[in-house]
Amino acid sequence: MTTREDPDRLEAFLARIDRGERIEADDWMPDDYRQQLIRLIAMHAVSEIMGALPEKEWVPKAPTLYRKLAIMAKVQDEIGHGQLLMRVAEDLVAPLGKTREDLLDDLFSGRLKFHNVFHMPAPTWADAGIIAWLVDGAAIITQGMSLSSSYAPYVRALQRIVEEEGFHIQHGESICMALAEGSASQRHSLQAALERWWPALMMFFGPNEADHPSSHQKANLRYRIRTKTNEELRQRFLTKYVPRIRSLGLVPPDPTLHYDAEQGRWIYQQPDWEWFRRIINGQGPASSARLTLKRLTYEEGRWARAALAQGR
Amino acid sequence: MADAQSAVSEEKAQAALQELLWQLADDDLLVGFRASEWLGLGVHIEEDIAFASIAQDEVGHAQRYYGLLEGLGLGRADDLAHLRPPESRRNSVLLEWPNGEGQYFEAPRYDWAFTLVRHHLYDVFEIIRLEGLVHSHYSPLAETAAAILGEKAYHRDHQELWIDRLWRQGGEARQRVEAALALAAGLAGDLAETDPWTDLWESSGWWPGARAARDRWHQAVTEFWARYGVTVPPWGCPGNGRAGRHTPHLAQALAVLSEVYRQDPTAGW
Repeated sequence: MTTREDPDRLEAFLARIDRGERIEADDWMPDDYRQQLIRLIAMHAVSEIMGALPEKEWVPKAPTLYRKLAIMAKVQDEIGHGQLLMRVAEDLVAPLGKTREDLLDDLFSGRLKFHNVFHMPAPTWADAGIIAWLVDGAAIITQGMSLSSSYAPYVRALQRIVEEEGFHIQHGESICMALAEGSASQRHSLQAALERWWPALMMFFGPNEADHPSSHQKANLRYRIRTKTNEELRQRFLTKYVPRIRSLGLVPPDPTLHYDAEQGRWIYQQPDWEWFRRIINGQGPASSARLTLKRLTYEEGRWARAALAQGR
Repeated sequence: MADAQSAVSEEKAQAALQELLWQLADDDLLVGFRASEWLGLGVHIEEDIAFASIAQDEVGHAQRYYGLLEGLGLGRADDLAHLRPPESRRNSVLLEWPNGEGQYFEAPRYDWAFTLVRHHLYDVFEIIRLEGLVHSHYSPLAETAAAILGEKAYHRDHQELWIDRLWRQGGEARQRVEAALALAAGLAGDLAETDPWTDLWESSGWWPGARAARDRWHQAVTEFWARYGVTVPPWGCPGNGRAGRHTPHLAQALAVLSEVYRQDPTAGW
């Protein structure tokens, strides 16, 4: 934590946090708190925006008219979440003289990371089902925790987001159930999609830092921006979803996966955390294609945004 | 003899009703498909959200019309939407035309001005068509038209707000709008083509107002653009979608929108 702050103000701020008070955008806050929030919320915002792209590929291709409508509404919601969070982030960066455009430029330059899970390819319709069911299922676990975050504007955005994510999970589960109950080829594509997404799901919450938490994780826990560790969230995800995955006749691609009653936790094969680090640094299988797509269309729309801005 | 004649005319009337429903369903499916390609690629986040609603409305309307055709015993709505070959499609060529260069997930250089102007031409026509169809003697169609008509004004207003803003900006924005209008007018010639069904639609009461629709549409479009001092370029069309004569863009669009369904049309999805 920063030492540049006035110690009395900092102490009073931390006392507010400890009393469980919520911080508003125009309250005094230590610079370090602001930086941690920007890091988290800007990343969350661009992850929602980039997260629309893997499913977007399947929007026009969704098999039936009903599925076309459902996935369009779902992807639209994700972009809506991106907008809500972007506005929270914009308020945080405004005192630093930065805008939404700066945040998007940071995304395009790689300075602002988007979530590791959205760097993965989605080559079949079954991937769209797995994303909506399990990726959104993982997201709701993180976001559910963040509902008790100390930053009030983030909490207000999350309340709406979490509610909508609940529908997304149902939408995803419904796609997966139809495939699971379908032809051999449909069941095969669903199992293949689960296998493709499994490492990304296991990496979703980040490495287990129990023994040596990162400075960010420590700061976020101190400021009550987050209240649970990466591993606690992952355990919760496994408890909730492994039985459901198996009940659809699917097999998680990890022969070691089991619940150890004695230890009271899930045992699982560690994903390749070196790969994880490469992914978040933009070297995932679909990182470059997705960023290029987003940057290209952002550039293509520049003239229209300019016309709107000048017309105000 | 009289019975035979009335059977023939009944058959013709049924064919005319089906033809009308094909045009309605195929128009909304294609314009909704083109709008859905924009999802995630909008000029800004707020517009992405707004246009996604329009795309959903259009595909939802198509779903209702295909449902009416299913009700007439012509097959399942999803089969009708996904499996019919290009030559049996009845949408206007304007609506099958791509949003711009590139594919929606690979190097799309989409033309926002064309998208707006194309959709606006369609909205204006669609409102005129629906204003007649709410009086259709085929009551399921009249009820559907009444439900849809309420949404269309919002679509038209959205496109008009954008066109107005872009036009007033001048410069590049205005040039793009002018180019878009020239392109769209050169494609939209079949949109309000009601022949050879005009008389049957009127006499059977399927579409009261069919005969006047084209003139009303031309007039409304002319008046809209006259506000900006623009004369609408000559109408044209590289085909006639109402007669099943399409551009290769339709086949490409259908291949995309039916890619998954075609893997197994008998499966549950």
